[in-house]
Amino acid sequence: MFPLLKIRYYDVSLKLVAVTYDKDRHEIHFGGKQQRLPRKRQTTSASERKRTDSLDAFDDIKPKSEVTTNDLKARLLKRMRERKEGKASRSRSPSPKKPFGESSSSGGFGKLKDSAEKADEKTKKPETSLDRLKRRLQARKRKEKNPDADGNESDLESIAQSETSILAMLRSVRKGAKYQRALSASSPIFPGSGLNEDQLVWQDAAQKWGAAELGPFSAEWDAKCHYPIDVIKSSAEQGFLGLYTSEDVGGMGLSRLETSIVVEALSEHCVPTTAMMTIHNMVSWMIDVNGTPEQREEYCPRLTSGEIIGSYCLTEPGSGSDASALATTCVRDGDDYVLNGSKCFISGAGVHDLYAVMVRTDPATKGPKGISCVLIPKDTPGLSFGADETKMGWKSHPTKVLIMENCRVPVSNLLGVEGKGFNIAMSGLNGGRVNIASCSLGGAQKAMLAAKEHLGVRKAFGKTLDSQQYLQYKMAELATQLVTSRLMVRHAAAAIDQKDPAAASLCAMAKLHATDNCSEVANGCLQMFGGYGYLKDYPCEQIVRDLRVHSILEGANEVMRLIISRQLLSE
Amino acid sequence: MVRVAVGVKRVIDYAVKIRVKPDGSGVVKDSVKHSMNPFCEIAVEEAVRLKEKKIAKEIVAFTIGPKQSAETLRTALAMGCDRGVHVNVDQAQLDALTPLQISKMAAKIAETEAADLLLMGKLAIDGDYGQTAAMTAAILDWPQATNLYSLQHNGDSATVEREIDGGLETNEIKTPAVLSVDLRINQPRYATLPNIMKAKKKKVKAVKPADLGVDVAPTLNVIKVAEPPVRAAGEIVEDVDTLISKLKDAGRI
Repeated sequence: MFPLLKIRYYDVSLKLVAVTYDKDRHEIHFGGKQQRLPRKRQTTSASERKRTDSLDAFDDIKPKSEVTTNDLKARLLKRMRERKEGKASRSRSPSPKKPFGESSSSGGFGKLKDSAEKADEKTKKPETSLDRLKRRLQARKRKEKNPDADGNESDLESIAQSETSILAMLRSVRKGAKYQRALSASSPIFPGSGLNEDQLVWQDAAQKWGAAELGPFSAEWDAKCHYPIDVIKSSAEQGFLGLYTSEDVGGMGLSRLETSIVVEALSEHCVPTTAMMTIHNMVSWMIDVNGTPEQREEYCPRLTSGEIIGSYCLTEPGSGSDASALATTCVRDGDDYVLNGSKCFISGAGVHDLYAVMVRTDPATKGPKGISCVLIPKDTPGLSFGADETKMGWKSHPTKVLIMENCRVPVSNLLGVEGKGFNIAMSGLNGGRVNIASCSLGGAQKAMLAAKEHLGVRKAFGKTLDSQQYLQYKMAELATQLVTSRLMVRHAAAAIDQKDPAAASLCAMAKLHATDNCSEVANGCLQMFGGYGYLKDYPCEQIVRDLRVHSILEGANEVMRLIISRQLLSE
Repeated sequence: MVRVAVGVKRVIDYAVKIRVKPDGSGVVKDSVKHSMNPFCEIAVEEAVRLKEKKIAKEIVAFTIGPKQSAETLRTALAMGCDRGVHVNVDQAQLDALTPLQISKMAAKIAETEAADLLLMGKLAIDGDYGQTAAMTAAILDWPQATNLYSLQHNGDSATVEREIDGGLETNEIKTPAVLSVDLRINQPRYATLPNIMKAKKKKVKAVKPADLGVDVAPTLNVIKVAEPPVRAAGEIVEDVDTLISKLKDAGRI
C-alpha cells in the first residue's frame, strides 16, 4: 500500500529548482542535491560528512492540508522582499548560465556546492532551544523511517555527479577542447577519410593527446608568450619527437604520410607548439640520415627522448630566400671549426639545446657548393642569442637571433661532408614543408569546426546564420579549399615516401597551396563570427595570426613557385 | 602473482551526437565514431596498474564484437595488456546480445584463461545495463565488488571501496573475484604511439561464441527506439496568484 502523498518541504521561490518525483515513496523532492536517500553502512569519517541545510532552511513546515494559499503567498512575498533587500538567496539550484561541460574540474556541481555553502553561512542563526528540539524531533522521524541511520547526512555530491551527469564528468575528466565533437565520418571535412585502420588509430591517438595536453592551454600560451617546453618534452613518450626518425635510435619510423596525419591532428589543438615539434623532428631526421654512427648515437636517442631539443638555423639577416648566399664563415683551425656570423628568425633559440647551423666552409665557392652543416650545442663558448622578437603569431615560442663570435666546435660536429650542407638542408626542408603545410591544415580544421558551430547558434534576421545561402555557399567553398589542401599535402608526403623524382616540386606545391588556402579558410571563418571573431575570446584570431607565417617560413611561397616552375619547365 | 582478465567493449564514442534511425529500430551506427567504452578504459588502466605494482603477471583483454572490435582490443593492448581474446559476433548479433549472454561468455573466458581476477567497467555507455559484472560473478560463483572507488589486492583477498548511494563502503572480499570499476578509481593513460606499434605484435586469439558454449540467438526484442521528448518551453506568469494556481493545477503543490 502506498502511503498518502506526503510533501516533505516546499520551495516556491522563483528560481529554477529541480523537481523530482520519488515513485516508491510517493514524494516530490525540490532541489536535486537535497534528496534523502536510504543510508546504508556509513564508513566516511564525521569530518567528511556535512549536514545539509535542508531542515534548518525550512522552519515552518506544515502538512499539506493546513497550508493555505495565503500562507504560500506570504512566504513568496517574504522571499521576494528578502531578495530585494539583498539577503541570501536560498536557491540550491545550479547557476543556469554555465552549461555543464565548461565548469571547473569539479564538474557541473562545483557551482552548486559553492552557492549552497554560501547560503548556509548567511542563513545561520544562533541556535535556540526550539531549534534543538525541532532537530531532535526530525531526527527521530528519520530514525523511524530508516533504523540504520545514525543521524548525519552524507556528502552526496560525488555520488550525485556520477549518475546524473556522466557525460559532463567524462568531458571534464578528459579535458576536451571546446569545439572537439567527434566529427562524423560523413562530414566532408572529416580528416580520417581515405585513411586505413592503422592511420586512423594514430590519428586518434594524436587527437586525444592534443585535445588534453595542448588544446585547453593554447590561448593562454599565446597570451602570455609562454613556451611550453615541458609539454613538448613530455610528448616524447607518445613518440611525437621522432616521428620519422629511425626506430633504432628511438624514433617511431613512421612514413611521411603517417607523420603528416599525426601533425595535422596535433596542430588542430595548438599550431605553434606542433610546428615547433616538427622543426625538432626535422633536425632529428637530418642527423639520423646524414650523421656518422657516432653522431647518431650521440644525438638521436637524446633528441627522440626529449632530453635535448633541436633547432634549425639557415636564414641570416642578409639572406632568406637567397639561402645559398649565406655568409656565416667556418674556418678550420686544427681540430676545431671557428664560426663567425649570425642567424636570425631562429625558433626556440636560447632554450633549445642543439642547433643545426648551415655555414660556409669554402669562402672561395659562392653558392650552395661551399656550404656545410655543423651541429652546435647550446653552451658552446662564442654562441650567444639576441633578444626575443615580438611577433604577430607563433607567440608561444621564442624567436631570436643566433650570434657566433669565434665560436669553436670540434670537427666531429660536422654533419655529413663539407660542401654537402646545402643538400642536407634542402632535403630536410622537403619534409619540413609537408609538416608546415600539415600544421596549416590542422589550424584551418579547428577554425572550420568553430565556425560551423557558430553558424548553428548565432541568429540574425530571424533565423540562424546557417540558413543564409551566402554563408552556406561560403562554408562550402572554404571546405573545398581545406580538403584540396589536405589531399595535396598527403600526396606530397606519399611522394617523399615513394622517392618520387618530382617529390621536391610536389612538396613545394603542397606548401604553397595549403598555406595560402588554409590562411584564407581561417580568415573566412573569422569573418563568419562577425565582431566576435576579432576578439581573443574566440579561437579564429589566434589561428589567423599563427597561420600567417606559414606562407613565409620554410621557403617563402614565392620561392615555392621558383622550385615548381624550374622543374616544370625543364622536364 | 595473479592473472587478470579485462573485458572491453567497443561503443559509440561518448562525444558523438547520437541520432535515432528514422524507422525507430535503433541508433545510427554507420560511419559514426566508435571507441572503447570509457569505463572499460578505466578497467584496463586499473589492470595495468596492478601489473606495474607487480601484483599481476599477465593481463588478458577480451572483447565480444565484430571485426572492428579488434581496434578496441588493440587499444587495450597498447595501454599495457599482454594478449587478447576476440569473440567474433557480427554487429547485428552484438546489438541483440543481453548481459546474461555476455556474462556467460565472460565467465567461460575467465575459466579458460585461468584468470584470478576479472575486471570490467561498471556499465557500457550504450546499453547502460550495469548488470554484466554481477551476473558474471553469479555464474562463476565468485565474490564480486562493483562500482569500485579503490582497489587493494592482498594476495588471497582484496580490500575495496565501493561507491554506493550513501557514500563509500569498504569491503574485504576473497579472490578470485569479479570487480567492476567506477569513474573515479583512476585516470586512464593514453595509448602512446610507440605502444600502439608494439601492440600489433601481441597475440590475439579469435574465438566463436559456440566455442564458449553460448547461444547468441536474440532473447530480447527491441520494439522501438525514440529520442527523449524535447524540453518544453517555460511560461512567464504575471503575478504570484497565477503562479500558485498554475502550480496547483500541475499537481506540484
